Amino acid sequence: MSEKKLNRSDIISMFIRSNFLLGSFNFERMQAIGFCVTLIPALKKLYKGDELSEALKRHLEFFNTQPFMATPIMGITAAMEEQKANGADIDEASISGVKIGLMGPLAGVGDPIFWGTLRPVLAALGAGLALTGSIIGPLIFFIGFNAIRLATNWYGMFYGYEKGTQLVSDMSGNRLRYLTEGSSVLGLLVIGGLVSKWTSINIPFVLSRYTQSDGKEVVTTVQSVLDSLMPGLVPLLLTFLCMYLLKKNVNPLLIIFGLFAVGILGVACGILQ
Amino acid sequence: MSTLQLILLVVVAAVAGMASVLDEAQFHRPLIACTLVGLVLGDIQTGIILGGTLEMLALGWMNVGAAMAPDAALASVISAILVIVGKQSIGAGIAVAVPIAAAGQVLTIFVRTITVFFQHLADKYAETGNTRGIEMCHFLGLSLQGIRVAVPAAIVGILAGTDAVNAALAAIPPVITRGLQVSGGFIVVVGYAMVMNMMNSKSLLPFFFIGFLLAAFTNFNLIGFGAVGVIAAIFHIKSIANEGKAATAGAYGVDDVDDSELMM
Repeated sequence: MSEKKLNRSDIISMFIRSNFLLGSFNFERMQAIGFCVTLIPALKKLYKGDELSEALKRHLEFFNTQPFMATPIMGITAAMEEQKANGADIDEASISGVKIGLMGPLAGVGDPIFWGTLRPVLAALGAGLALTGSIIGPLIFFIGFNAIRLATNWYGMFYGYEKGTQLVSDMSGNRLRYLTEGSSVLGLLVIGGLVSKWTSINIPFVLSRYTQSDGKEVVTTVQSVLDSLMPGLVPLLLTFLCMYLLKKNVNPLLIIFGLFAVGILGVACGILQ
Repeated sequence: MSTLQLILLVVVAAVAGMASVLDEAQFHRPLIACTLVGLVLGDIQTGIILGGTLEMLALGWMNVGAAMAPDAALASVISAILVIVGKQSIGAGIAVAVPIAAAGQVLTIFVRTITVFFQHLADKYAETGNTRGIEMCHFLGLSLQGIRVAVPAAIVGILAGTDAVNAALAAIPPVITRGLQVSGGFIVVVGYAMVMNMMNSKSLLPFFFIGFLLAAFTNFNLIGFGAVGVIAAIFHIKSIANEGKAATAGAYGVDDVDDSELMM
């Protein structure tokens, strides 16, 4: 029996399919079909007949992780399947074990990096420019995010395949923790800035109004008092209130409706502007 | 709206719908979806501005684990059609976007439940080693997500700009659209709160306050925040690396962190 080997174009074909991982997301096994479909080019090359259908079945099992972090897992799985097809002593349980063992920790890394830091930061940057009507806004977000995403998927797939199961031991080191914590620091710092600067709330409710001896009128509003204390104080308090409500499992859309009500009432009473 | 525009609109809507489940290329984000609808309908400027406004609103909407975000795709597409074709204000766009995001979430839950059927169909194809069949199940699930947004977009596209729809939108009192626009300025805090809760790390909160204070008392732009953030991250990683070394090496050297490892 000649050795069955996956080549570069098989891995590239897996990379292309990995971009559709979540296509058939469902509540029973989540990304299972997407994972299986991504591995099909490899499985078809490695197995025939009953062996193929066994392989397909084991990759239709429950799978769910952060989508860009799935690619290293796919790469490792392909490497293990390749060894198995060539007669290595790898049973189904150890392949499933690697998949299940990695999807939690990798989601734990991917969520804060991509959803917590990269996307909100690029989106806020892009949206800020878009408010002035500039096409640069959407472009910066789209190109920036996708360049990083595609690079992650591409290197993830090849890295996983080349390192194989060795990657599992790499993961137990501190690198992933450094990466997660480091990106969380960056994300939180930028969000701190956004809360203060890119949130607009203006309370022009007049507290006092008097005319100085030189004839200049001095108007003190709630907003000017708050700004002299700490600019951005109201958004800060609102953010913490929302965090508290979200932790109490209040539906975010309900909070949004609540804030809409505040806005409408505020405008109606002339407190907000 | 010409027939060609309607067809292109349906294509954009379908792409946004599919992207909303894939969460890869981000065509479902308001910033992109509204811009594309604007491009198709011949008023890209309004599309971009509405997209930026809604993006701020939706900043923290994300799919984490099995939890699902409100549906940005349907909200962006429908709201952009109404604002551009119906010549409505951005405030009116916000007014329709949020309830539609909630409705879209219900629709996507429905589709994700139907897709369980394809999951079982895929099991059957696996029995016979039919890889084409499994691929078909996958892409049928994906197309349902596209249809989910494309059909409402087509209906609204046909109805938008008609007197009845314009009359209904015009019936929204100005105090409400103005109020919604004002709340649009600060509703983004819900998004920030969602992101911060996801990071879920009290020990990192000081870094949030560094960012907050920098913004309150300086003129840093976002690039500046990014740079300070990277520096803070390097220092933080060094300190946790030292903690780890101190714990394992006991009283021995707590300096000498291998920088190449830290930088990945």
